[in-house]
Amino acid sequence: MIHLRNVRFKYNSRYILNGLDLSVAPGDRIGLVGPNGSGKTTLCQIIMGLLAPESGDIEIFGKARVEEQEFQEIRGRIGFLFQDADDQLFCPTVLEDVAFGPLNMGKSPTEAKRIVTATLASLNLKGFEERITYQLSGGEKRLVSLATVLAMEPDMLILDEPTSGLDEETTERIIHILSESHLTFILISHDREFLEKTTNKILKIKNGIIYEA
Amino acid sequence: MDIEEFALDNSFVHNLDPRVKIVCALIFSTVVAVNHWIPAAALAIVFPMVLIVAARINVRRVLSRLAVVNTFILFLWFFLPFTFPGEVIYFLGPLEIHREGLLYALLITLKSNAIVLMVIALLGTSPVFNLVHALSHMGIPDKLVHIFFFCFRYVHVIHEEYHRLAKAMKIRSFQPRSDIHTYRTYAYLVGMILVRSFDRSKRILAAMKCRGFKGKFYILHHYEMRKCDYLMAMSSVMFSAALLVVK
Repeated sequence: MIHLRNVRFKYNSRYILNGLDLSVAPGDRIGLVGPNGSGKTTLCQIIMGLLAPESGDIEIFGKARVEEQEFQEIRGRIGFLFQDADDQLFCPTVLEDVAFGPLNMGKSPTEAKRIVTATLASLNLKGFEERITYQLSGGEKRLVSLATVLAMEPDMLILDEPTSGLDEETTERIIHILSESHLTFILISHDREFLEKTTNKILKIKNGIIYEA
Repeated sequence: MDIEEFALDNSFVHNLDPRVKIVCALIFSTVVAVNHWIPAAALAIVFPMVLIVAARINVRRVLSRLAVVNTFILFLWFFLPFTFPGEVIYFLGPLEIHREGLLYALLITLKSNAIVLMVIALLGTSPVFNLVHALSHMGIPDKLVHIFFFCFRYVHVIHEEYHRLAKAMKIRSFQPRSDIHTYRTYAYLVGMILVRSFDRSKRILAAMKCRGFKGKFYILHHYEMRKCDYLMAMSSVMFSAALLVVK
C-alpha cells in the first residue's frame, strides 16, 4: 500500500529522516516506536502529504505522490488520528465534526448523517451527536476523533499516540476497537504493552532510518 | 469569555432560521444607524429587549457585555459635550457644556446599545457554525465566509492558549507588579500566544486537509423557513420601517 524510498527530511539543519525506507502491505499492523523527536510524527505527516520531504520517492496505493493534488486523493483513504484531539475537533457539535469528512468526500447530508450514527454506535458513542466537542472529556475527545477518522471509511489508519494520557478503560476500548477492525494501520506509541496487544510488526526509527525491532 | 455562551439554550428566538436572523439584524442595524432622532433611537431599544426576554438570556451576562461596549462610549461623553458646537447650557469651571454635544452623545449611546442588543438577541443566540452555514446559504462568497469562521475559531483557540499560559505563570507564583520583570513576562506571554496559536492553526488546517477539506464547507443542516420565521421577518421589517417613518 505504501512504499517510501530513501526519504530525507531536514528540520533546523538536522536530518530527522535520513534515507528512510518503509513498506506497508495490506494487513500490516505496524507499531512505530522510537525516542522523542526521532521523526515518527514527521514520517506520518510526510505520508499524508502534510510535509514535503527534501528528497525520496513516495508511492501510495500504487501511484507516485508528489503534488498536493495527488495527496488529496489518498487522504480520504488513509485516516490520520492526530496526537492532540483538540486539533482534530473543530466543529461545535460531534455530529458536524464526524460528518465533516464524509461531506468532503462528496456524501449527501442524509448519507453523512447515517454514517455518523453508525460510526458513533460502533464506538459505543451512541447519543453523542449533539454533544459540544470542546466540552467532552479527554477520553471522549479521543474516541470522537477516532470516529471522525473512521467515518471516512478509510482503507488504512495512521494513529499518532492514540492512548497517550488516557485512562485504562479508554485505552482498553481503543485496543478493542483496533483488534476488532480489519484495517491496516500504523500506530505510533511508547506503550509496549499496548503495541503487543494490537500490532503484528514493530518498527523502530533511529538516526533517521527504520529498523525492524 | 465564551462567544457562544448565549447560543446553547433553547427558545423561540434560538430556533429561528439563522438566515432570517442575519437579515433582520442587518436591516435593524442599518435603520438604527442612519436615524438621527433621539426618541426613535430610544424606541429602537425596545425591540431587542423583547427578544432578549423571549430568548430567556441571562440579563446579568447581557449587562456585562453592554458594559464593555459602553466603556468605549464613555469616552465620547468626556469629549463631545465640551467640543461639539452649539448652545452652552452649563459652565464647568473654564469648560463649556454644549446642549448639542450632550444630545449627540446620548444619541450615539442609544444607537450603539440598540444595535449591540439586537446582535446579542439574534446573532448571539445561534452557534457560529450555523451563522456560517446561513451566510453560505445566502450566497456570500466562500472566502468571506471562511475568514469569518476562522476568525471565530482562532479567537477561541488563542483565548484558551492564553488561559493555559496564564495558569502556568500563576502556579509559579507570578504576581503582576509594575516592574521590568512583569513587563517582560507579559511580553513573553503575548509572544508565546502568537507562536503557539500560529502552530495550532497550522495543525488544525492539516487535520482538516486529512479529512478531505479542499476549501469548501459542506452543509449538513438545510434550513427551512417556518411560520415563526416569516413572523419574525415581518415584525422586524415592520418595526424597522416604523422607526424610519416615526418622525
